[in-house]
Amino acid sequence: MAVFISALQIVMTQHQARKTFMEVQQLEMYRNELNEEWGRLQLEQSTWATDDRLERIAREQLGMNNLDTNSIVLLRK
Amino acid sequence: MNNQPIHRSYPFRRSLIVLIFIFASCVLIWRAYYLQILNNEFLRNHGDARSLRVVKIPAHRGIITDRNNEPLAISTPVDSIWATPKLVLEQPDLISALASILEMESNSLLELLVERKDREFVYLKRHVSPDVAKQVENLEIAGVNLQQEFKRYYPAGEVTAHIVGFNNIDDTGQEGIELAYEQWLKGVPGEKRVLKDRLGRIIRDLESIKSPSPGKNLKLSIDRRVQYLAYRELATAVKYYKAKSGSLVLLDPNNGEVLALAVQPSYNPNNRAGLISSNFRNRAITDVFEPGSTLKPFTIAAGLMSGLFQVDTIVQTSPGYLKVSNHVISDVSNYGPLDLPGIIQKSSNVGASKIGLAIGPESLWSMYRDVGFGEQTGSGFPGESPGMLSNYSNLSELDLASISFGHGMAVTALQLARAYAVIASHGILNPVTFIKTDENEMVGEQVLSPEITNKIMMMLEKVVEPGGTGQKASVPFYRVIGKTGTAHKSTSSGYAEDRYLSLFAGIAPASHPRLVMAVIIDEPQGGEHYGGQVAAPVFSKVIQGTLRILNISPDNISDLNSEISMAVKTSGIADQVR
Repeated sequence: MAVFISALQIVMTQHQARKTFMEVQQLEMYRNELNEEWGRLQLEQSTWATDDRLERIAREQLGMNNLDTNSIVLLRK
Repeated sequence: MNNQPIHRSYPFRRSLIVLIFIFASCVLIWRAYYLQILNNEFLRNHGDARSLRVVKIPAHRGIITDRNNEPLAISTPVDSIWATPKLVLEQPDLISALASILEMESNSLLELLVERKDREFVYLKRHVSPDVAKQVENLEIAGVNLQQEFKRYYPAGEVTAHIVGFNNIDDTGQEGIELAYEQWLKGVPGEKRVLKDRLGRIIRDLESIKSPSPGKNLKLSIDRRVQYLAYRELATAVKYYKAKSGSLVLLDPNNGEVLALAVQPSYNPNNRAGLISSNFRNRAITDVFEPGSTLKPFTIAAGLMSGLFQVDTIVQTSPGYLKVSNHVISDVSNYGPLDLPGIIQKSSNVGASKIGLAIGPESLWSMYRDVGFGEQTGSGFPGESPGMLSNYSNLSELDLASISFGHGMAVTALQLARAYAVIASHGILNPVTFIKTDENEMVGEQVLSPEITNKIMMMLEKVVEPGGTGQKASVPFYRVIGKTGTAHKSTSSGYAEDRYLSLFAGIAPASHPRLVMAVIIDEPQGGEHYGGQVAAPVFSKVIQGTLRILNISPDNISDLNSEISMAVKTSGIADQVR
């Protein structure tokens, strides 16, 4: 009888363990997905923010320029 | 008729049946025993082998960032498509559909499968885009599967290509930092046990055997903004002068960190198809050249250290050439008597040779060794060259005179920058590092006394002043110092008359050195080839931008006073400030 009960318990624990593991797996997959998305967004952000592109936009679209020395006013404390 | 039922017994038949039953059950029991007890282990293993699988859980490779955490290399997951040819060949009608998704000819796909039909695992296409992977998945072809892999992306592309390097298709480092820090960056894939069906699809995850450990991130000492600036200016100069190649190294002299390192020609690490592999080489680290006049400050330093020379010692450079063992060392023109700052300012080969000959090979050699020539810089970069510096015992008189002005020996751009960093850091030789150091730990050793480096710095300032060879290196509002160099390139038949190396090495700002840079332009074409004309302007532009980006305050505002008063008059801005 005791053997029978413990056998059943083993089955139950095994089942429980598998269920929990599956849950872990799902959460890990979710985490990975988020990580992947983060990586993609990082990439996207840094692609948009390449210095080359920023400089082009600043110069061509916004008409910005480096100051030449004559237009710099230095303030001393 | 006798109606009484006939009770005839057939004892023989009966016992036969019973015996058959007994025998049959014996057979069954034996079989059960055989399967369940005798061969239990074996059979279970085989059952498992048909459905249980251990699969790898891919692990992320570490991210490489610059010193401000801007990403320079990121791994993103992509899918690769693989197949078991035998299973796929059983469904010929689906092959053409698969081929069109993979953008392959269906014949060539068929051929590929037939050729490899004895194999279990064949890659059909690696690193496909997510929507292609989705389409393949939707086809549900037995024997065609997806495998998650990582592809490395380099957001800064060719700008940082030579520093970061790149990976092969299996995401293993091949060049640069990717290779040098492979162990640190790489992730170790985990393992899990899963249940698969007949077609190899995963039904459920059973247990985790080993969890994956992702690679560690790496923070470089590079500043992406400065790197971009350096890359752009170097590329512009190399293109303008139609030069063969160019290198630029920018160091922080106080801790040996590399802030920028640009090499021309470059390549795009994100798409390496059809590229020339010689461009992968980091010329600033692997290639050596004769540094020419940029080495004269160290000859002067050796002269000062020997005690035979003082700053105001007059060296006679007249008549503008010097005969050493049947060879003539000459200056551009006859400079007459020069003091040591004069030798630096005019870049007199005769003057430098005379100092070298006076102090002897051992003093000069050990000075060069002390500032790091002839040995690796400690950067740990793959393929780093130690340069070439013959031992003093092997130096003839001519060799000695030649190395006094930087010929007959070879250095890398990184070594040159590091040697100037010794001057900038008041005599401390730091190991070079590409990795951002956390604490300001000083591991460098004092190789020159601060008195000597101060004198050298003072002399180098003359180079950038009017009358010096490096005026074009000057930066408004900052005191920058440096030394030009123009070296004839050596060929198999002696020095080439028309092939030059234009160099500039310098320090900024002079009162509190924060930056040290070496610029080398290889074989500039057209009229200009002097270091002061070709390399110095690159130095000036990059330093100017870097000083602004790093917010380093100006140390030379004396000539600005007139402009302040002018600005006050014209804009009245001073009133707002007061």
